[in-house]
Parts: sequence; structure tokens; C-alpha cells
Amino acid sequence: MTSVLLVGECDDSGSLGQPALQAITAANRLTDPEITVVIVGDLPPSVSSLPVGLVLGIPKVDESDIGIYEQATTDIFQIINRVHPDVVLFNKSDFGSLVAPRVAFRLGVVFASDCMEISNVDGSIVVTRPVFGGSALADFEVATTQSVITLRPGSFSASTETGNPSVEEFISDVTVDQRASVLDTIEESREGVRLEDANVIVSGGRGLGGPEPFSVLHDLANVLEGAVGASRAACDAGWIDHAYQVGLTGKSVTPDLYIAVGISGASQHMAGCSSSRAIVAINKDADSNIFKEARYGVVGDWEKVLPAFLSAVRDIKS
Amino acid sequence: MVFRIVVLAKQVPDPEVPPSQFKVDESTNSVIPPNGVPPVVNGFDLNAVEAALRLRDSGLDIEITVLSVGSEFAMDAMKKPLAMGADRLVLVDDPLLSQIDSAATVKVLSAAIAKDGPFDLILGGRQASDWDQAHVIIGLAEVLGLPLVSLIQKLELDDDLVTLQRVIPDGYQVISARCPLVLTVTNELGEPRYPNLRGIMQASRKQAEIFTLEDVGLSDTDIIPKLEIKKLYIPESNREVQLIEGEDEADSGKKLALRLHEEKLI
Repeated sequence: MTSVLLVGECDDSGSLGQPALQAITAANRLTDPEITVVIVGDLPPSVSSLPVGLVLGIPKVDESDIGIYEQATTDIFQIINRVHPDVVLFNKSDFGSLVAPRVAFRLGVVFASDCMEISNVDGSIVVTRPVFGGSALADFEVATTQSVITLRPGSFSASTETGNPSVEEFISDVTVDQRASVLDTIEESREGVRLEDANVIVSGGRGLGGPEPFSVLHDLANVLEGAVGASRAACDAGWIDHAYQVGLTGKSVTPDLYIAVGISGASQHMAGCSSSRAIVAINKDADSNIFKEARYGVVGDWEKVLPAFLSAVRDIKS
Repeated sequence: MVFRIVVLAKQVPDPEVPPSQFKVDESTNSVIPPNGVPPVVNGFDLNAVEAALRLRDSGLDIEITVLSVGSEFAMDAMKKPLAMGADRLVLVDDPLLSQIDSAATVKVLSAAIAKDGPFDLILGGRQASDWDQAHVIIGLAEVLGLPLVSLIQKLELDDDLVTLQRVIPDGYQVISARCPLVLTVTNELGEPRYPNLRGIMQASRKQAEIFTLEDVGLSDTDIIPKLEIKKLYIPESNREVQLIEGEDEADSGKKLALRLHEEKLI
């Protein structure tokens, strides 16, 4: 039996997010899993039919802890010491990226981040994760009896099974002294579809040469009811805000169609978009790495290819 | 009193090496350094050095120490932060540290900080471009019992009060905290400065202060890996790209649209 504690998060609408359902699939890769789900925040009604044994809700979330997560770390640490799981799973979100390693070091156990595969091999846990900016993969074996792991979004399909778990509230009896506090949250308002939810993404890179061409990408994204993305090179150059960045240090996206314009396809970019159903590349350099990753490609100058592509797409859509 | 900042910096293989030249040795689970491409300081760590230098630029009396642990340091690479303007370079340089896991790295860093500290501010990059685990500095904060704020794009210092901008998926948070404090810095902070000639000259005259594992009070039994690499490999790409060619580039664009429509992708 493998006791798994899975820390799930809700999305903006308050329902259990896809990554949490993906993590249930990941947990089921382990031998004879017994799953407890912890949810930080108000429990969505859907938890009562999750295919797990126990759901624990941590109801009170202090707004000033969001982004620092000292209280959340302590709450989850306490729950781990109550449940004694063999494996603790988080999603690699803002929350998971910060809380999971803190919990692991507080417990003194192994931490592995951004895992795409997880399994039991001869009684040990083995994980697979991208390394060297996505240029390589590595399999690691965990040598402690307990481990904390974050999962790469989109690496597992969302569980569709149902069950009848016990649902309990966890009331923390430790209140953490906040040593850093959030004074303000500035949301940059974005029009249109969120990158993470988009079925189509039109993404631009260094080859665009400046900020102006992104308006053509926006036009195309609008026609396709999709979103605009960018490579780190384009963001670092200041052509577009970092909120649009796709890649290892940006957003991980899983659209049906990912159109890469003037993007060379560096590993760290591909790490954020390689789970797309189809990648289409428009690039004037026939040798660039993006053509090794793409399903369809046009070798050519985007300034000539893209307007004709956009106008043909408009005809198709009208 | 001088305000002491330590910036954690890691030597990594140059991430700008094109994927075609990136090779691994599957028998030793290590990366084969491409010919003639020397290692570099992890890019995000240079963003952290830049963050420290900007605080000093604002007129404060600040000493900047760069700390790294490992073996076989390429001194030309490791002196870059000095050339940018950092004051000291401290290395825990020991052959025993060639293949350690992140838990051991945290132990060695905290021992070195105990020996060389105390520091008011501990800075580092958001993640390293080799193993991309993004948690050594988070673990260090936990082990040192210090508060941690991640993904910093801007910081201001007023006595021991730090005001920070922390990047979130669609914007940023404004966070206030008191030193001592651990911060991870992200590339949104801005490009690290290029060393000028004076900086390069000064850096060439400075010597790294080198400690062994024993010097920081640890031995080989303290650094046994608990996360063991079993296999390092380059994923195979079976994908064969279908190039769409028209009479000219515009025609290719049009044909691409038609093809994607046929395939029900648009």
C-alpha cells in the first residue's frame, strides 16, 4: 500500500482545478494507493465525489499569506504528521513551487520538482523530470521513506473516476507569525482568453524583431479565438509583457494548436509548449530547432507568410 | 554599519548551446561539455547579483559576497560577478562536492553562511539552468529559519525594511518584510549589467576565498545523496515535420491555413 497525500488547488471559479484531477491520475500510478486530498481554501461541492479515501479542507486562508504561504506550509506540515503519507504530491503552481520544497526541508525528506512520470520500482519511488532546460530527461530514485513531489501540469490526464470520500475540515492549532506580508496585489488586466485555457495559441519570438509585429499575432489570435504567447527572448527584450511568456520559467500550455512565429525552439521554450496537440512553425531558418518539434511548418519570412495566412484563416472562419 | 548581502551563484553548462550540440554520457549520467564552450554562472544568479548592485547603486553602504559550492570551478566564469561589481567571491571547492544532491547543497551553503556570516540579505536566482529544481534557496531559508520571498522583480531597502515586487502569473504583489531575509530573483528584474573595463581589472586582481568541506565543519557522510539519478537521456523526437511549400512565401501561408483547416485544427 502507498499512502499518498495530494494537495489540490481550486481555480479562479472556485472549482477543483484540472491539475488536481491530473494529480489523482498520477497517484494511481503508484502501487495500491490510498489517497488523501488536502484542499487549501473553501471546499468545492465536487470533492464529495472524488475517487479518494479522504478529503481534508483547510478553510481559513489569510489573504496576506497568499504568495508567501508560511501559514499554509505549517498547516500542511501538521497534516503530514497526522496522516504519515509515503508520498506528498503537489502541482507545480505558484503555491506548489513554494510550499512543497519548504515542507520537504522541514520534514528532512527528498524533494523532486516538475515531475512528468512517477512510479514504484522495487519498492522505491522513481520520477522522471526535465533537466537542462528541457534538453534532457532524467529518472531519479528517491532514497528516503517519505518524499515530496511536484507534478508538471498537463503530464497526466485528468481523472474522470468518482468515489465517495469522507470529507473533514482541518482546523490548525498553530498560528504562524507572519514575517513578510502582502501589501497589495496588482493584476495586469488581460483581454481575451487566458493562455492556460486557450485552445489555440499564437506565439512570437526573437525573429519578430520588435514589439509591433505582436499586433498581427493578436489579430490572428482573435480570429482563432485564442491567446497570444511569447518566448522568453521576446519578453526579456521588452517587446511584450512577461505575463505572456511560455516556457520553463513562464507558463506551461497545452493547446490543440500552437503556432510559433519567429521562435527558434530552444529547449527552455519547448518545455512550456511541447504538450500541445499540434505545433506549427513559421521561421525563416530551416535549421532551427522548432522544425524538429513541429508537425507543420513553413520556412519563410513571417512578414510575408503571416498576412497571407491570416487572410486565409479569416476566409475559412467567415 | 555595513549591510551584508550574500548572493548564491552556481556554475552551469552554457544554456545557450544549441540543442543539436547538447549531448549526454548515459554511462555516467552526466552532460558532455560541448567543445570550446566554457561553463557560465547561472543566468538567474546574475540577475540576483544585479539586484544587489542596484541596491548599492542607490547609495547604501553594502558589501556584496558571492558564494558558490562545487568542484572544478572555471575561475573566468566565477569571477564575472566580481567584474560586475561584487566585492568578494567565496567558494566551497572540494572534489567531494562534484555530484551532490540539493539537500546536501543546502547543508554546505548553510554551513558556509554560518562561517562567513551573518548576512542581512541572502539572494539567489529563481532556479538553475542545469537541474532546474528551483528549491535549493527555498530549502536554505527553511533550514536557516528565515523568511523567504520568491520571484522578485524589484526591491527597495529602507534600513532593515525591504519592499518587494513579487511576480505572479498575471501581475505582481507588493510585499514588505524585514531583514534578515532570503529572496529569489527572476529575470523580470532586468538584464544583468555588462562588466566594464575597470570592473574586469579589479576582478582579475581579486582572489577567491576558498574553503574545503572540512573547513565549513562537514564531512563526506553529511552529503550522501538521497535523490539518486538513475538515467539521464535526451528524449527522442519521432516527429517528422511536414513542410508546406507554396509558389512563394505568401502562397505558403495560404496553403498552411488550408492544410490546418483540412486537419480540423482551425
